[in-house]
Amino acid sequence: MSPRLVRLAVIATGAGAFSGLFGVGGGTIIVPLLILWLGYEEREATGTSLAAIVIIAAMAAAAQGLYGNVDVAKAALIGVPAVGGVVAGTALQQRVSTRVVSGAFAVLLVVSAILLIF
Amino acid sequence: MGGGDLAGAIAIGFAAGIVSGMVGVGGGVLFVPGLVLFLDQSQLRAESTSLLAIVIVAFVGAWRQRGYGNVRVRDGIIVGLLSPLGVAAGTGLANAVSERVLELSFAAVQLYFAWQLARRALRPSEG
Repeated sequence: MSPRLVRLAVIATGAGAFSGLFGVGGGTIIVPLLILWLGYEEREATGTSLAAIVIIAAMAAAAQGLYGNVDVAKAALIGVPAVGGVVAGTALQQRVSTRVVSGAFAVLLVVSAILLIF
Repeated sequence: MGGGDLAGAIAIGFAAGIVSGMVGVGGGVLFVPGLVLFLDQSQLRAESTSLLAIVIVAFVGAWRQRGYGNVRVRDGIIVGLLSPLGVAAGTGLANAVSERVLELSFAAVQLYFAWQLARRALRPSEG
């Protein structure tokens, strides 16, 4: 395997572990590592992360669905407004500088870390 | 579920979408507490339901970002397809050490990333 593929595999493994443990997509692992290890520009890292998350979350949701833990109606209730949010969020992201994206991500990581600690 | 809870769920869902689009995450960090607080789900069911909401949001977000030219499709698919290895590793690890140890180590990793990205955000030349 090429060093690049090894790095992608490590990112995938870390994101998968995070997703399986905490019921999230793994973006807090994918985005920083694409930027820091693979030289991605911020917006590219966030866009590529979303594509990876579709696959990761679909597999994890299917697995949890087999245990009967997924409530489709409640997922729609909270997910449909989020679709409006993500269209607005991606549009907004194209209009701000990459350092704002990095700074916003750093804030999200700190909040997420605090939630894990407490 | 009262009207306030419904409004709360819709508001936190919308906020999760904004965060997802801005920084490229699934939004689970907001979906999970939203489902627990406003839609009366247990932690386990909230984490599971959150995953389905994430699929919808990440799909629309990736589609929009592809339109803006910000998706390297091949790398995204590689990371997605190689993740089950991590899920298996994570599950094994979770059973080997205490959940508290995992939470604290993930928190430490995230704070390290935050520091690295904050330095990028504050770098002198505009990127």
